Amino acid sequence: MPVTKKKPVKKSNTIKLKFDTSWSYDPAPESKSAATIKPQYDLFINGEWQKPLSNKYFATINPANEEKLSEVAEANTADVDKAVKAARNAYEKYWKKMPARERAKYVFRIARMVQEKARELAIIETLDGGKPIRESRDFDVPTAANHFFYYAGWADKLEYAFPNRKAEALGVAGQIIPWNFPLLMAAWKIAPAISTGNTVVLKTAETTPLTALKLAEIIEEADLPPGVVNIITGAGETGAAIVNHPDINKIAFTGSTDVGKIIQRAVAGTHKKVTLELGGKAANIIFEDAPIDQAVEGVINGIYFNQGHVCCAGSRLYVQESVAKQVIRKLKDRIESLIVGDPLDKNTDIGAINSRSQLETIQKYLKIGKQEGAEMYESSCPLPKKGFWCRPTLFTNVAQSNRIAQEEIFGPVLSILTFRTDDEVIEKANNSPYGLSAGVWTDKGSKIFNMTRRMRAGVIWANTFNKFDPSSPFGGYKESGFGREGGLHGLLPYLSLKV
Amino acid sequence: MAAGSLTMLPDFSISPRIDQVGVEERASRFTKRSIKKEAKMNGLLLVLNMIDLTTLEGKDTDGKVKQLCYKAMHPHDAVPGLPTVAAICVYPSMVKVAKKALGDSGIKVASVATAFPSGQAPRDVKIRDTKYAVNEGADEVDMVISRGKFHAGEYNFVFDEIAAIKEACGEARLKVILETGELGTFDKVRRASDIAMHAGADFIKTSTGKIQPAATMPVTLVMLEAIRDFYYKTGKMIGMKPAGGISKSKLALHYLVMVKEVLGEDWLNNEWFRFGASSLANDVLMQIVKEKTGVYQAANYFSVD
Amino acid sequence: MGKTIINKSSLSISENGLEKKTSSKRLEVLKTYKIYIGGQFPRTESGRYYIPVNAAGKKLANVCLSSRKDFRDAVVSARGAFSGWSGRAAFNRGQILYRMAEMLEGRKAQFIDELIQQDATKAKAEKEVNLAIDRLIYYAGWCDKFQQLFSSVNPVATSHFNFSVPEPTGVVSIIAPQDDSLLGLVSVIAPVIAGGNTCVVLASETKPLCAVTFAEVLNSSDLPGGVVNMLTGKPSELVSWFVDHMDVNATIYCEKDSITQKMMREKSALNLKRLTFYDKVNWYSEEGQSPYFIMDTQEIKTTWHPVENIAGAGGGY
Repeated sequence: MPVTKKKPVKKSNTIKLKFDTSWSYDPAPESKSAATIKPQYDLFINGEWQKPLSNKYFATINPANEEKLSEVAEANTADVDKAVKAARNAYEKYWKKMPARERAKYVFRIARMVQEKARELAIIETLDGGKPIRESRDFDVPTAANHFFYYAGWADKLEYAFPNRKAEALGVAGQIIPWNFPLLMAAWKIAPAISTGNTVVLKTAETTPLTALKLAEIIEEADLPPGVVNIITGAGETGAAIVNHPDINKIAFTGSTDVGKIIQRAVAGTHKKVTLELGGKAANIIFEDAPIDQAVEGVINGIYFNQGHVCCAGSRLYVQESVAKQVIRKLKDRIESLIVGDPLDKNTDIGAINSRSQLETIQKYLKIGKQEGAEMYESSCPLPKKGFWCRPTLFTNVAQSNRIAQEEIFGPVLSILTFRTDDEVIEKANNSPYGLSAGVWTDKGSKIFNMTRRMRAGVIWANTFNKFDPSSPFGGYKESGFGREGGLHGLLPYLSLKV
Repeated sequence: MAAGSLTMLPDFSISPRIDQVGVEERASRFTKRSIKKEAKMNGLLLVLNMIDLTTLEGKDTDGKVKQLCYKAMHPHDAVPGLPTVAAICVYPSMVKVAKKALGDSGIKVASVATAFPSGQAPRDVKIRDTKYAVNEGADEVDMVISRGKFHAGEYNFVFDEIAAIKEACGEARLKVILETGELGTFDKVRRASDIAMHAGADFIKTSTGKIQPAATMPVTLVMLEAIRDFYYKTGKMIGMKPAGGISKSKLALHYLVMVKEVLGEDWLNNEWFRFGASSLANDVLMQIVKEKTGVYQAANYFSVD
Repeated sequence: MGKTIINKSSLSISENGLEKKTSSKRLEVLKTYKIYIGGQFPRTESGRYYIPVNAAGKKLANVCLSSRKDFRDAVVSARGAFSGWSGRAAFNRGQILYRMAEMLEGRKAQFIDELIQQDATKAKAEKEVNLAIDRLIYYAGWCDKFQQLFSSVNPVATSHFNFSVPEPTGVVSIIAPQDDSLLGLVSVIAPVIAGGNTCVVLASETKPLCAVTFAEVLNSSDLPGGVVNMLTGKPSELVSWFVDHMDVNATIYCEKDSITQKMMREKSALNLKRLTFYDKVNWYSEEGQSPYFIMDTQEIKTTWHPVENIAGAGGGY
């Protein structure tokens, strides 16, 4: 009784692969029981959990079902001041005096503890931010641990990093992180800062505070001297209080270009050193001689990874006209096989949009795209009733002048444009105020080097996309910000070089 | 026939390029799918039903082949309602025995041919080998390509040979074994796949099982993508058979995931997808029994043949 | 043969005392100090001028009082020159910087004279010119080396080749040091162009002579037009334009003026210009030169590419 089916040969223009298959995967949710979330979190200042002087708390919700997960403290100016004082005191009293190799061991210890609690951190990251558990488990958490591990080793080797200069810590670093990679961004900020001998006041994003607070618990458990790392929660005003605090030597911010500009203005007249890691509208370029199937996969990872909430997302796809039809057809088939739904399900590819307001922004752009005359195509997948959701979407027939080709959408929305020649596509790719990342797909080596050299962006992925590593510097050209995070080059933003 | 029906043949030397690292990344993504409960049981039954139960040994005898055929028809009678495997795969000399043993079970007999496994024989010998197998009753022919000629760049030779064997097959379906372990790069796997499909293959198959590495997920992915492109271009479905090295149910389920997500549901049956394997069946059976009873199983409770 | 005759005749002219005779009566030809944009020496489009005066009260020259439109034009030419200059072989840029030093050496006397006019003693003027020449040589040597020092091959965990290299940030606007009108000028321009950037420079307001003459040196040094554009005028008028132009990628300012610094940082936010203040640098000391100055107008670009590590089907050796 072999099961066999006869299929008639179909005409080429009607051929479409079918994915609404009889053999579908059963739900495979990660168990929540491996994670502990307290009903309420205070501020982690000076090594202890302190009630906010504001006396205010706000809720953090699960964007996949809009249920409240916990509530966290809202730090006001006085709380920020307390945290900065703790950091200053820790800098003068402990951290500055401690031999670098001992400092290193603390950071190594944090790295190990993050690894030990990886599963719990991944679950909380997914609950709080809406990203698929597969990503938080396989990417966010391990990469965060690796970041601590990488920078720990630098602590006692700084004299080798800057020839003919003596590297000195700056003092107290104020750090403000975004909601798209909450734990990873905390690691990107804290690891290099404390390894180079600075102390830290870090503010989490309003919608995703929980994993950074878990990290605070780890730091507490790691027995770091009190005040070396202070983790506080709040919204924009808390961030502003950090930026404006007179006793902070360094501001490190990851977030939108608009806020980055506000920060740059706010620090005018001070000696605060600043690094900004801001928005992007990355061009991802496919030439006709590219390995097409891998390029298609790279485009998918480039724009649908983390619901497109990625500053370096490959949101502008440039396809050479001779292969455009083929690439678009493959992309359409591929997004049909993306699974959208419960972020805790191990099979989910695209989770929930991080917040209602972000969903509204994305929907605004979908509308704009249609009004501008681009053709919208979205996956046919069903969406859950509750929570914030957006189907993987692509626009074809997009013009360079369209807003969906110029502005950062920060969602699972791809704009597809076509080109004819190398020069044309370089000009179009660079035709943006941003310059964070770019991608190029071609099998021809000399063309790769021409393209990677001429594209004005801080990270260029050739025949790959959205790859990250602690040893690899990351950061933008132009309005995508300045300073680098990761690698040897990620040390300098936290040091001053003396002759 | 298939070759003649196409107005233009591609230049096989410019088959699409493959990036190895990208292929491996994509292939590993399929292994991240979590297959549980009903999906797992249905998947296991599907796998069992897609197996080409194989014996390709110099010491094969009528007795061995008969036992294998019984196993094919009755994989594990302790569990009622199990599907049979898809086919028995044997040397041409064993086709008649197998055909008789399988009777009207519906299970196909596949025969390797064309101087399997090396393929190092003149074309007329290969054609005779094929015709012999078909005359003995083979429903399917598993041929090998001439890898030496392929490496020497004689793509037309390889193409013509496949077309000639296809003609010799008559009604029998032709599976073309690329022997990917001897091809060296994914670029060449892709090129060989294109040649085989344009020359008239009904299936493309990774390996003879005699060369390491045999089937892997990345190499199968490259071939599935070649099948997809051919389907996009011509509307003609081509089957896929990874063979050799797939002995665990978990891995087989990963392959199913890959087929489902690359080609879609039309390929998720034994008309279009097969596993060439000898020991996979029992592992699948053990898993099925485990799912049904909730108790981990031991090999001694499952007949080896 | 013809050469000999000319030499003889010129010799005879000086021998018979003609030259001396005429020079005693001869009216001195005054130099017109013009600005330098895109390899040309135009006057300011505004038609305005100012007269810097030295400590002794002597008027130095009629100097162009450049306008924001001159700056705008200069940025256009700097942007136009960027692709070519940054695309040149680093070795070639080194040769051109070296050529600049050669040309400066050849016109040493004129620079010393101008510095003396601008209140320097002879000894100090000589020292400044010598140091300026040496500084150009210093950066000429760095052109094809700093990349090696500040690049890295990053050992990423995945199967990718990953490297980071410095690249020029683009068009740099520079308000040159008000004192040290030659050495300071050379010290801020050289690292910027050594790294492949192009620039628009505002010379010292009170001591602009050397800057214009230096532009003439640049013009005779194989430096492509537009790589360095030299304006004269008042920082008080121009600084804000230097720092808010949307097609300028970085700005360098060398004075301690904290009010101006604050204004600049605020304006730089418009397009997130890279802003560098050299307000504590002693250009005469060792700290006045280093490859770190080059790095102040460099971006780090990181490139990833897969590495195919095993043959074909993943099998092994």
